[in-house]
Amino acid sequence: MGDPLFWHRLQFGFTATYHYLFPQLSMGLAFLIVVLKAVGLKTGDVRYDETARFWIRIFGINFAVGVVTGIPLEFQFGTNWARFSQLSGGVIGQTLGMEGLFAFFLESSFLALLVWGEKGLSRRGHFGAALALWGGSWLSGYFIVATNAFMQHPVGHALLADGTYQLASFWTFLLNPWALAQYAHTMIAAVVTGSFVVASIGAFWVLKGIHLPHARVNLKVGTAAGLLASALVAFPTGDLQGKLVARHQPITLAAMEGRFESGPRAGLTLIGQPNVAQRKIDNPIQVPAVLSFIAYGTFSSDVRGLSAFPQDQWPQNIELLYYSFHIMAGLGTIMIAIMGLAALLLWRGHLEGNRPMLWVMMLAFPFPYIATTAGWAVAEFGRQPWLIYGLLRTAQGASPTVHAGQTAFTTLGFAGIFVVLGLLFLYLIGREIAHGPTGHQA
Amino acid sequence: METLWFWLVSVMVAIYVVMDGFDFGAGILHHFVAKSNEERREVLAAIGPLWDGNEVWLLAGGGSLFLAFPKVLAAGFSGFYLAIWLVVWFLMLRGISIEFRSHVEDGLWRHFWDSTFAVSSILLPVLLGAALGNVLRGVPLDASGYFSLPLWSDFGLGAHLGVLDWYTVLVGLFALVTMAAHGAVFLAWKTAGPVHERSKGLAGRLWALVLIFWVLATLATTAVNPAILRNLPHAPLAWLATLIFLGGLGLVFTGLHLQRFLLAFLGSGAFILGLLAASAACVFPVMLRSTLDPAFDLTALNAAVGQHGLRVGLAWWLLGFPITLGYVAFLFRFHRGKVSAAAEGEGY
Repeated sequence: MGDPLFWHRLQFGFTATYHYLFPQLSMGLAFLIVVLKAVGLKTGDVRYDETARFWIRIFGINFAVGVVTGIPLEFQFGTNWARFSQLSGGVIGQTLGMEGLFAFFLESSFLALLVWGEKGLSRRGHFGAALALWGGSWLSGYFIVATNAFMQHPVGHALLADGTYQLASFWTFLLNPWALAQYAHTMIAAVVTGSFVVASIGAFWVLKGIHLPHARVNLKVGTAAGLLASALVAFPTGDLQGKLVARHQPITLAAMEGRFESGPRAGLTLIGQPNVAQRKIDNPIQVPAVLSFIAYGTFSSDVRGLSAFPQDQWPQNIELLYYSFHIMAGLGTIMIAIMGLAALLLWRGHLEGNRPMLWVMMLAFPFPYIATTAGWAVAEFGRQPWLIYGLLRTAQGASPTVHAGQTAFTTLGFAGIFVVLGLLFLYLIGREIAHGPTGHQA
Repeated sequence: METLWFWLVSVMVAIYVVMDGFDFGAGILHHFVAKSNEERREVLAAIGPLWDGNEVWLLAGGGSLFLAFPKVLAAGFSGFYLAIWLVVWFLMLRGISIEFRSHVEDGLWRHFWDSTFAVSSILLPVLLGAALGNVLRGVPLDASGYFSLPLWSDFGLGAHLGVLDWYTVLVGLFALVTMAAHGAVFLAWKTAGPVHERSKGLAGRLWALVLIFWVLATLATTAVNPAILRNLPHAPLAWLATLIFLGGLGLVFTGLHLQRFLLAFLGSGAFILGLLAASAACVFPVMLRSTLDPAFDLTALNAAVGQHGLRVGLAWWLLGFPITLGYVAFLFRFHRGKVSAAAEGEGY
């Protein structure tokens, strides 16, 4: 605990995890608001505009918390990870700089117009503001994912004699195949979050018997987008991401699966507890040969286990990495099942009358949050012990002059701030839900 | 190329101060110029749609610094560790104060956020001004390219420096009165009725105070960092910038006298922009001065990234910057004219 690195990592993990609860809903909702506004604009059906108005109010609160929790992340590059910033700024400074200029200005300029400007704008103008927020938030997502992709799979750089990494090829760096796969996976996961939240409110209103016209819109849009996105997040985007990990981070794959020994026809572990000391999985339930197929496309492929690699290159936290991956994949499967069933009932016209299913949908909204959190945990624990995979170890990236007492102070400060912020957020969101889609006119 | 990026970063930071400066000013003054809930909402209506975009100039400026001079970012942010986090925490507090205040129609709720808005708006310019003071004064950078400063030591300029000493606090107070004065002319321009009258009344007095602090801060700076005075004759850009800020100052007083508040606001912006540009021109090419040895200075030349990165960055910067100015122009045009408080539940 006296080690500054411990506090730097705790602070980044904590603040980034907390922050990402908000942008994933912002990015998912931004897309769904555009869908709602587009349907409203095309059909003239006011229910869609009113439902969009409700979600825009939620979006406004959610976005504000996303902004204030995101500022610390930008600053941590310099404050806590100064060595990393100094060495790799020549590369990742590009995407972080572009995010400010191309994404943040777009979002911040049109946010107030979207949230408060409907009366002063034409219907098309307001739709334009929704498009701007969608474009801005998804662009922002790309620049961040591309930055992370450089840390996962560095390309487009050159190492100089002074130890710094400099940009060698802008397009190779920006269009990193890892970034493209991770971006598709991440953005679609954000739509899953948005869809589950929208469907959850729809189910809540139907169960309460209130705001029925708008509840139906929420159920319809939430279920349709939710099924599509839940499926796409697993295949092809999740699958693609998995294959990239297998090819470029085989040690990470082994740790994610708790696989210690190498061999062909590798089984996929569904449940089991990794026992790192004895190098085995306790109480495993496995499907034979499926891991080989998922990772390399054939059932007979050899999948190397952790024992095939030097131990100083293993991720340090194998247990958490293993569980994160299994929670993500397990919840992903459950979410496809929920949305699949809901879509079937919706299509047959039975969803509104099926109260047990509505209860499931109302209560299922935390699942995508847990799954995305677990997914990022897989990416970030899986990257260890590297800060830039294969190039720079995490221990080499911290600020040389910042000591544990300072970072512990700010980490604890953030813990307090985030508790208060979370309570305020829940209070304000709860009020908006209580007001409903027409509450402010009434 | 390094020189160009030195100026691009400086310009972004200066625009940040001008833009976020007027909404800081509104926050500093709102307890004095807006007495009722209705009047407070008028102030918030003036800055509400703009403040977030204004603050992005800080992030975009920081992003440009990261892109071009990561060594400066790394040394500065880790060296000023606690001061940076205080700034971040007050930025966060200020953001939610503006965004959350009008969501709930309750006197206590609003009173609370009005206070946090004022406190954060007062402390931020002091801290950011002190940051500028640190850059002008110098920091104990050593051969490693890093340093570490406590928040304060003995408030002197001796061997044990702190982020806050008498000089940097003086620059911080100069920043505070300047932001307040800048905000006063902005509010005088954008509001009508009692808020306008009070802002107008305060503007003249605040600008007189700015003049006093400007003289004090300039004298102190030449004492703390004599190199600035030595550089002045050889820096034509500094002369140009000086003309801009003196001209801006003239416009402020002319505008206030003629009751032309847009003119005064533009003058106030030119004053801030010119003053910061003049400071930048006088310290160029030094970005972070070492108090230990000039050989340890971080400069635009020894802290920059490779040429390719700078060139690529310039290409997209030239694309993005005009787009951004377009947004700003659009927003000011969309929200042109005097503002009025939004109806309950329909705005800031």
